[in-house]
Amino acid sequence: MAAEGNPLPHDTQLRPPAVAAHTPVANAGVKIHCQGVSAFYGDKQALHDISIDIPDRAVTAFIGPSGCGKSTFLRCINRMNDTIPGARVTGRIEIDGEDVNARSVDPVVLRSRVGMVFQKPNPFPKSIFENVAYGPRIHGLANGKAELEAIVEASLKKAGLWDEVSDRLHQSGSSLSGGQQQRLVIARAIAVQPRVILMDEPCSALDPIATARIEELIDELRRQYCIVIVTHSMAQAARVSQRTAFFHLGQLVEQGSTEDIFTNPREKRTQDYITGRFG
Amino acid sequence: MSFTLAFALLLAFSVGVWWLGRRRASALAGGERLHSLPGYYGTWVALWTGIPAALILLLFLTAGPRLGEALIAADPPAAVASLPSETAQAFWNDAQSLARGEPTTAIQWTPEQRAALEQKAEQARQYNGFSAFAALALAGVLALGGFLLAWPRISPTLRARNQVEGWINIALMACSAIAVLTTIGIVASLLYEAMRFFASVPPLDFLFGLQWQPQIAMREDQVAAKGAFGAVPLFAGTFLVMIVAMCVAAPVGLFCAIYLSEYAGRTTRGVIKPLLEILAGVPTVVYGFFAALTVGPLFRGFFNWIGSWLAEGPLDPLGQYLMAVQNEMALTAGVVMGIMLIPYISSLSDDIINAVPQSLRDGSYAMGATKSETVKRVILPAALPGVMGAMLLAISRAVGETMIVTMAAGSQARITANPLDSVTTVTRQMVELLTGDQEFDSPRTLAAFGLGLTLFGVTLVLNIIALRIVQKYRQAYD
Repeated sequence: MAAEGNPLPHDTQLRPPAVAAHTPVANAGVKIHCQGVSAFYGDKQALHDISIDIPDRAVTAFIGPSGCGKSTFLRCINRMNDTIPGARVTGRIEIDGEDVNARSVDPVVLRSRVGMVFQKPNPFPKSIFENVAYGPRIHGLANGKAELEAIVEASLKKAGLWDEVSDRLHQSGSSLSGGQQQRLVIARAIAVQPRVILMDEPCSALDPIATARIEELIDELRRQYCIVIVTHSMAQAARVSQRTAFFHLGQLVEQGSTEDIFTNPREKRTQDYITGRFG
Repeated sequence: MSFTLAFALLLAFSVGVWWLGRRRASALAGGERLHSLPGYYGTWVALWTGIPAALILLLFLTAGPRLGEALIAADPPAAVASLPSETAQAFWNDAQSLARGEPTTAIQWTPEQRAALEQKAEQARQYNGFSAFAALALAGVLALGGFLLAWPRISPTLRARNQVEGWINIALMACSAIAVLTTIGIVASLLYEAMRFFASVPPLDFLFGLQWQPQIAMREDQVAAKGAFGAVPLFAGTFLVMIVAMCVAAPVGLFCAIYLSEYAGRTTRGVIKPLLEILAGVPTVVYGFFAALTVGPLFRGFFNWIGSWLAEGPLDPLGQYLMAVQNEMALTAGVVMGIMLIPYISSLSDDIINAVPQSLRDGSYAMGATKSETVKRVILPAALPGVMGAMLLAISRAVGETMIVTMAAGSQARITANPLDSVTTVTRQMVELLTGDQEFDSPRTLAAFGLGLTLFGVTLVLNIIALRIVQKYRQAYD
């Protein structure tokens, strides 16, 4: 635990209770509705006709072997693929009933509503405070210094990082450990009050203890946000998600409640993958 | 030349030996496993054959003639002993020329001097013939000996690969040693001449003097200032031109780099980058023409026009001043030098900006930042140390740049902050001090070396700081 600074009181329990993770979420409406989404990099088709509904206030996990398109699909949701030359997306993706690819939608505004956390912690070369204040500053969310400080504090508290960094907010963000950096990045994402948080293998660069802290955090955040997480680890998907979607070769093979997918998969490919026969 | 032929023969012999060695190693490979590939055995034998012989040939080529001159001059004939040193030097040169069958100087030697000359030339001829023969023979023996020594040692257990690697190490080290030794040589010669200058002008007067009047009376009756060697006006001029240049180059170069690395599409980039490289390849003398013939008159016309417009109004003095502006001014030289530095800054900054990890860009875009917000708030702060390093490197180039200021800045040594004034720079003065007929014992000429040494010190410090900054930045992301 030394690398993680002061442990929080409930830290003795490293894993979120498995039961909680599988509790069905009551009355969760559909947050993201995807219909016939295909994605291309140049001539190569990376996604084939994906249709999926992602519920609000729940964690949805995308699993599948490397190169199966799960990260590409995640990046379609906040139009991050726009920044890649030659990338093209067709089909319909709606967040709260609003088409994200519509002409009237500004990708810059869209991304301020859909936070994203990446595989490698990527704090900006600024202080901890400035990292979290980045979004509120560029979107003008705070009137005055006091309000900004309040947003930063609230975001760091939500990300479970406040107790560890409250006395050194003006140190560089890269001075933190890997797990702390990843929580800093999550705090940065929630500082702009997004509707959705996308996480692209958020724990693959972290050790097991830091991973446990992030998973715990994800489990807490799902009470307020719609979370989509891409992961290589099936155990992680089983621990943190309520719904799971299995991707293979650019296709959505199967989706359903996490419990069903892991205990009672309908497709043979899903079964082969989750039992470790390939991937 | 017989030595050219000798080198060619040696090379041919080594190639033959390489082939033989490789063949022998291949033949051995039938029995047991070789330590190295057959080619390594060939190279190993060829190196032992060629390198010592080549070194001996080189030694004789460089040191042989010197040794010969020293030997022949060891006992000067009576006819030469009484000559003044310069004429004696001419005598020895003539003896060598005569020995080589080349035309001699126009000096009419007396009969006894002529006889001594013939005698010495004969000695030189004998020495040259002997030394060439000795060198060729020795090289031949070494080549053959190296081959005969190395040949029997070819065996499957010989670590030819490692030994060839050792030779490669030595060769690479020798090349870098040449670069380092040349630098040391340049600094040493600069130091030596500068010391001679500082023997006649105190260093403090030179470094902090405010007067630059290097004219020293050549003849007794000439009316001229005694000569003042205060370098401050020159460095002030250099500084002014550099500031103007950086005002042009720093923003344009940096924004160009940002455009290329963040905004431009692949095709645009493919067009602009080569064009910038062409700009970097323009010789500075061409920039000098451009400054003197195009930019200078343009600026002058512009300021004169503004002056004529202002004159006789409330700002009459300013108008009069602007109407008197000349072609040669710090602004012209600075602006053109700035244009010269644009590709330099932009290509260095482009590399540095590209080295900022993509994950930072992704992080910023995912927060809903636009491109310019990302550049301003994330990429530039991350790249700032490297960009500063690039700027310092550009400054050190601007300070040392010669041709543009020689052609466009003027020649008046004065301390001014007005870019419309004609100023002179360190490099321009060095050109002036060293062109034409010069005596190498007058402070006027030696002053160029004092300036050179100071300039070298300034750019060295700038480069060291810049490289340190760039290095520090690199460590941050690797």
